[in-house]
Amino acid sequence: MSTPVDNKPGPFSFSAENVERIKEIVAKYPAGKQASACMPLLDMAQRQNDGWISVPVMDHIAEVLGMIPMQVYEVATFYTMYNLKPVGKHHVQVCTNLPCWLRGSNEIAAACKRVTGAGFGATSEDGMFTMTETECLGACVNAPMMQIGDDFFEDLTAENVETILTTLRNGGTATPGPQNGRHGSEPAGGLTSLKGEGEDA
Amino acid sequence: MPKLTIDGQEIEVEAGLTVLQACEQAGAEVPRFCFHERLSIAGNCRMCLVEMERAPKPVASCAMPVGEGMVITTNSPAVQKMRKGVMEFLLINHPLDCPICDQGGECDLQDQAVAFGADRSRYEENKRAVKDKYMGPLISTIMTRCIHCTRCVRFAQEIAGVPELGATGRGEHTEVGTYVEKALTSELSGNLIDLCPVGALTSAPYAYHARSWELKKTESIDVMDALGAAIRVDSRGPEVMRIMPRLNEDVNEEWISDKSRFACDGLMKRRLDRPYVRLDGKLQEASWQDAFNAIAAQVSGKAGSKIAAIAGDQVDVETMAAMKDLMAAFGSTNMDCRQDGAALDASNRASYLFNTTVAGIEQADACLIIGSNPRIESPVLNARIRKRYVAGSFPIGVIGEQADLTYAHTNLGAGAETLSDLADGKGAFAEVLNNAERPMLILGAGALARSDSAAILALAHAVADKYGMVTGDWNGFNVLHTAASRVGGMDIGFVAGEGGLNTAGILAGAASGAIETLFLLGADEVDVSKAGKTFVIYQGHHGDRGAHNADVILPGAAYTEKSATYVNLEGRVQQTTQAIFPPGDAREDWTIIRALSDVVGKTLPYNNIEDLRARMIAGNAVFGDLNTVSAASWGAFGTSGATDAAPFTSGVDNFFMTDPISRASETMAKCTETLSNGAEGKTGTDG
Repeated sequence: MSTPVDNKPGPFSFSAENVERIKEIVAKYPAGKQASACMPLLDMAQRQNDGWISVPVMDHIAEVLGMIPMQVYEVATFYTMYNLKPVGKHHVQVCTNLPCWLRGSNEIAAACKRVTGAGFGATSEDGMFTMTETECLGACVNAPMMQIGDDFFEDLTAENVETILTTLRNGGTATPGPQNGRHGSEPAGGLTSLKGEGEDA
Repeated sequence: MPKLTIDGQEIEVEAGLTVLQACEQAGAEVPRFCFHERLSIAGNCRMCLVEMERAPKPVASCAMPVGEGMVITTNSPAVQKMRKGVMEFLLINHPLDCPICDQGGECDLQDQAVAFGADRSRYEENKRAVKDKYMGPLISTIMTRCIHCTRCVRFAQEIAGVPELGATGRGEHTEVGTYVEKALTSELSGNLIDLCPVGALTSAPYAYHARSWELKKTESIDVMDALGAAIRVDSRGPEVMRIMPRLNEDVNEEWISDKSRFACDGLMKRRLDRPYVRLDGKLQEASWQDAFNAIAAQVSGKAGSKIAAIAGDQVDVETMAAMKDLMAAFGSTNMDCRQDGAALDASNRASYLFNTTVAGIEQADACLIIGSNPRIESPVLNARIRKRYVAGSFPIGVIGEQADLTYAHTNLGAGAETLSDLADGKGAFAEVLNNAERPMLILGAGALARSDSAAILALAHAVADKYGMVTGDWNGFNVLHTAASRVGGMDIGFVAGEGGLNTAGILAGAASGAIETLFLLGADEVDVSKAGKTFVIYQGHHGDRGAHNADVILPGAAYTEKSATYVNLEGRVQQTTQAIFPPGDAREDWTIIRALSDVVGKTLPYNNIEDLRARMIAGNAVFGDLNTVSAASWGAFGTSGATDAAPFTSGVDNFFMTDPISRASETMAKCTETLSNGAEGKTGTDG
């Protein structure tokens, strides 16, 4: 990880509400081991700071937890879920691993690019979407899938991807979960077994 | 003590050792990259894998503590195959640029790849490339070569106390660096170059200058500060190419400061390579004979009381001994080796030594630092204090400037008043010192290079007595000198004799005309601009401050160019070894004085260095005991009196430029520039 050149951040401090939560989080760990709270604090800071973590944010966390700033940088750069560059309003992560790819993730990615105009690693010009190509998120049963913010959108087709993104762009809300009407990870063609009351053997 | 079997050989080792260390003791070679005796255990290079009986998998021997009855195999075909495998992985992303790499020829990876690796590569894919990092003007980085052993990260955090390096990212994207780009702010950063087992961190000033096998290696002693670190001078022909540390557990372990390591380019710049005599107000080149004649004409028939000598910070004992004899022949007692005017007491050896000894710091359990910033006055000694601090329960109090010393400390106050309070038992730190069994104090140049230094010495003596710092086998009274020549000068007695003048007196005498002839032996830190009509003879190796006002210049040898005696701050008598010859007509310093003594008709009674050293030993028996420290007996010293209210400052303003050699060094100039570049290059010690 080289120095983030596009960091132009101002100073950072936690909101009053988060300061209270920090106390709760730190209290979970033995005295003197408050560095264990680094990851939840990074997550909290990312949510407070428009979805990304700047150097001043990490420095502030180091100060709060009595850590060396470098140690916070090491944690933050190790995990891909911490964004070290500014992101758009919606962070769209499209899985392109094997199961999703077999189920058509290329079309999903293409549909995303049609709507947002941004390829992987880029942010749309209107600042609404940041596109990320991600590794397996563990929803292979409902492939292809993508994650927007905290929510999984599954069983995607190019059409419903366009619908979802357009809705979000227009300020609407989209329903997470499978987009083809099935419930959870049940078989796509309806239940195949255990359909009725159990019969006596 | 656990017993274990290594390669069929039974061995009993100390508990707490690692299997790797046990293997070493049993004589079995185990390759390693990340393991280092003085750093914490990382266990991430996997090169030290060995087989252990009843273990399902190979174990990393560096991270496995020894246990009773272990059976270890280090030479089975399986172990050889493992090493081959690990080496293949390490080399996947390592470039094949050994021919243009400065580490080539002294590279752990190169050596171990030959010894333990495969003879060819099976890897055909692209190698990764990593952007180089900026780590300041001393370290050149080629990060593509990095194998992520994290020795540098651990050194910076644990030994140097500047936790600025880290490994960011993960997997193939791991990179070692500072993340937020900045120069490394440690005075020990050069040691990263030695620690790096590959060519990722190399010396920037030495880059592409020489190959390790073409260098002549001379074991010597460092004189850039008073610590007297063990060094190796690597030279090629007439030039010192680089300075490396040598192992000396009692002094520098295996570290040296950046100034000791990198100021050597100053040895080639601004050198005095021939005598000069001032004619018609201008310095003109002259022969040795002309220069000596000019001096002889000046001193002939003069009363001894009108002649004086001041010795500088890097003068060896032989030179001072010869000069002292010459002064005695002139009938003069006006001489001083304390350019800074510290009122050290030459009659009491314990009053000017670092009595605890450097290694002894590790036995102390409380420390009081008075008027000193050890981090810039002696970085390696500071690392020893930090080592003791990291071991735990070591309260440190500082009287003097607020500074980042790389360890936590309490600032007790600014000046003499606080010290006097402490001598009266006032303040919270008094309690700490009272409770300590082996407390120590470090008295720095900042507290001694003042007009009230005799009173400060007396106060420090009182503090040492009050808190039981000097008992039976423990002496916690320490003076931290900034000059390599100081203790030697005190030991040889190069101080004002009966009725003689000290530095301040000599300078005042020169200004008033009472002193008519003044010898400056490498004394560049005294201000002789007011010396007016005084005939100044400068003998030294650099055309620095002292030479500018001189009437006669006698070119001498620098510490790499002579075999000379220096006494370090503990009182350890050590000798340098000549690595190269002095440039041009320059000569070893004591021989110049010997030759001069002939011309002025006061021939000194020795013709070779053995005779001179025998005379030194006759004068003070300590010079007969090389490389050891003998305890000095405690006695009364200092003169109680009024103290100045001015706060203590550090004796060193700019770590990188303290003497003629470092002032002539381009590398040190670059460091100074980085230092003054504000936030980016700030060391934290400059305010």
